[in-house]
Amino acid sequence: MFSDYSAPPMWQNGPALGKYYDFPNVSTNKISHNSTNGKQRYHTPLTTGTSVIGLVFNGGVILAADTAGYYGSMMRFNDCPRIFQVNKYTILGAGNDYADIQYLNDIIKQKILDDDLHNDGIALKPKSLHSWLTRVLYNRRSQFDPLWINAFVAGMQNGEPFLGTVDKLGTAYEDKILSFGFGTHISVPYLRQEREKNPNMTKEEAIACIKTCMDMLYVRDARSGAKYNIGVISNEGSEVQGPFESVGHWNIATHGTPGQE
Amino acid sequence: MALVTKQILDTPIQHHFSPYSDNGGTTVAVAGPDYAIIASDTRLSAGYSIYTREQSKLFTLSETTVLGSSGCWCDILSLTRIIEARMQMYLHEHNKVMSTTSLAKMISIMMYGKRFFPYYTSTIIAGLDPEGKGCVYSYDPIGHTERANFRAGGSSGALLQALLDNQLGFKNQENVDKTPVSLEKAITVVKDAFTAAAERDIYTGDGVHLCAITKDGIKEFNFELRKD
Amino acid sequence: MFRNQYDSDVTVWSPQGRLHQVEYAMEAVKQGSATVGLKNKTHAVLIALKRAASELAAHQKKIIVIDEHMGLSFAGLTADARILGRFMRMECLNYKYAHKDTLPVFRLISTVGNKMQVCTQRYDKRPYGVGLLVAGYDDNGPHIYQTCPSSNYYDVKAMAIGSRSQSARTYLEKRLADFPDSSLEEIVKHGLRALRDTLPNDSELTTKNVSIALVGKDTKFKSLDERETGHYLSLIEGEERRGGGGGAPPADGPDDGPAPPGAPSDPTPAVAMDTTD
Repeated sequence: MFSDYSAPPMWQNGPALGKYYDFPNVSTNKISHNSTNGKQRYHTPLTTGTSVIGLVFNGGVILAADTAGYYGSMMRFNDCPRIFQVNKYTILGAGNDYADIQYLNDIIKQKILDDDLHNDGIALKPKSLHSWLTRVLYNRRSQFDPLWINAFVAGMQNGEPFLGTVDKLGTAYEDKILSFGFGTHISVPYLRQEREKNPNMTKEEAIACIKTCMDMLYVRDARSGAKYNIGVISNEGSEVQGPFESVGHWNIATHGTPGQE
Repeated sequence: MALVTKQILDTPIQHHFSPYSDNGGTTVAVAGPDYAIIASDTRLSAGYSIYTREQSKLFTLSETTVLGSSGCWCDILSLTRIIEARMQMYLHEHNKVMSTTSLAKMISIMMYGKRFFPYYTSTIIAGLDPEGKGCVYSYDPIGHTERANFRAGGSSGALLQALLDNQLGFKNQENVDKTPVSLEKAITVVKDAFTAAAERDIYTGDGVHLCAITKDGIKEFNFELRKD
Repeated sequence: MFRNQYDSDVTVWSPQGRLHQVEYAMEAVKQGSATVGLKNKTHAVLIALKRAASELAAHQKKIIVIDEHMGLSFAGLTADARILGRFMRMECLNYKYAHKDTLPVFRLISTVGNKMQVCTQRYDKRPYGVGLLVAGYDDNGPHIYQTCPSSNYYDVKAMAIGSRSQSARTYLEKRLADFPDSSLEEIVKHGLRALRDTLPNDSELTTKNVSIALVGKDTKFKSLDERETGHYLSLIEGEERRGGGGGAPPADGPDDGPAPPGAPSDPTPAVAMDTTD
């Protein structure tokens, strides 16, 4: 990771971006953010993934995302999983440009491999991955070459559940309920309501909630798919379950309140 | 019809990229003779979406200094991260913790260092100066700085500065006791200021996180605000 | 002193398969004042003996803070230690900037090892003339690492380096079994006793010439001030001293400064130090 064995200068007038962090394969220190050569350096999302939702339950976290890959409004790909197991502490979910998601996921996989090769039993923790993502995405946005990604990190750290997100600018925050895309409008109100009713949800209850959300998203979000994965993490470990399949039905339109259509 | 379709197909979907976002939030700080307080709301938002209701915008930099910042949240995260790194360098180099006044100057230089790609933030620091007096410094996005006795910044900055001028600065008032207010009184005024801001500003609300800095250390308080 | 035809350049091998320049650099460590590092199950401690260049000079600093979870003491060239210390600080800062966490101790040591190795393989460089004892705490518990100018590094349970450090190592080896279950205060005392054994008979440990630093579970790396150092010194005061001075000192061989005149033309410095791991 550290390609240069000489220490960088300690003090300068203003800190250069990426000064304290080298992103692999990209000479961040050399690219000036002003020198766009009149060209637009940033791309636009092409193949996209839609909603990601995350929920903290008592003793763990769940992430969910469907596996559809959209090319504009065309459902171009059927098998684009967006929930990844990072290591035993951490799972990652991501939405928006699927190429960027794969690119970033490959780098994270390499990081995990580097960790394993040290063979010292120390593995990347969720908060560290979350922080690292903020730096990578912020550095890319500062070069006007953003990775068009909304990333979600879920994990266990010191026995406590962690759920955080980072967007393409490096905007990062944590909460008990997080979402991207249509999920923000469809799932979050429902999940907030359920958590308020039952703040100490069990894993099973939380999974049921998340599955309801995925059913709702399938029928209400035009750019969604029926198949989805769920990543569950608790002190017992992490796993990605699925794919599950939503069957379109409108029972969920009532949010489980009979007689309200 | 065919023409319209062709036009639509020929025009690529423009996803305009802006490196900045306005995540809202308000910060208020007050300096007293032997204390300083600084508070921020805890709503993080973008447009009509509330990202989270529990994001404090205060950063405890040392035993005597707290920074509060609102605006573009990714810039705030980066700015404070670099400040923390630089403070550690300073600590190791000089064997002492950076004073509030030194920090104030350093932050200004760091922000001006990005004059042509600024940190889009409204930043305030509050703390005790080397004499133990309370102090507040405020910044514009490109590093202009000024020491003040009270300051409001962020989405309700303009709204609240006037209130503070009246309640803490006693500006243009006759027959009033103009001695600086006590810590307790200052906290009350700040609390009221946020309650007022939450009424009119959609980017301010949910809660207040407040730090009171005295020679005995930093005390933290949390208040609720309206959540709609 | 040891001049022969195979020691003019770091990159030249002797027919015996040795790199004399690297071995000379190892000797530089033995010229520096002694320092001791040891650990129990929760804490790692560094104890160093400071020298003053003259009556007019202050004592040289021997302990460098790297980050909140790590620090080092050294024996050898102070300037080289400072450069390595600065490098290590930057590595920790870089890691913390990206990961919001402290750099695991072993990861840093292996990076430092790589950096130091470069100097033993290039004709236009010289090896670092300093040995480090790095004390750190991470998810795997407390650590003491020793690094050498040869760019070898060792994970050690306890170690002493620097001039006359053989006596300290003898003490540490004798008490090694006690350390894991000792209290923090006990291992500081063991460290002070080990360091005291390196002193000639006519000198004493004082608050002026001793530095103590510790790090551990819920304890950030901290160099103790004179008052705290004095407290620990008073705990071993008046104990009967062994080794070091009284009677015949342990045969330290080339450990004690320059070799006797008329030494053989082929150098016989000790190779890497004995380690416990």
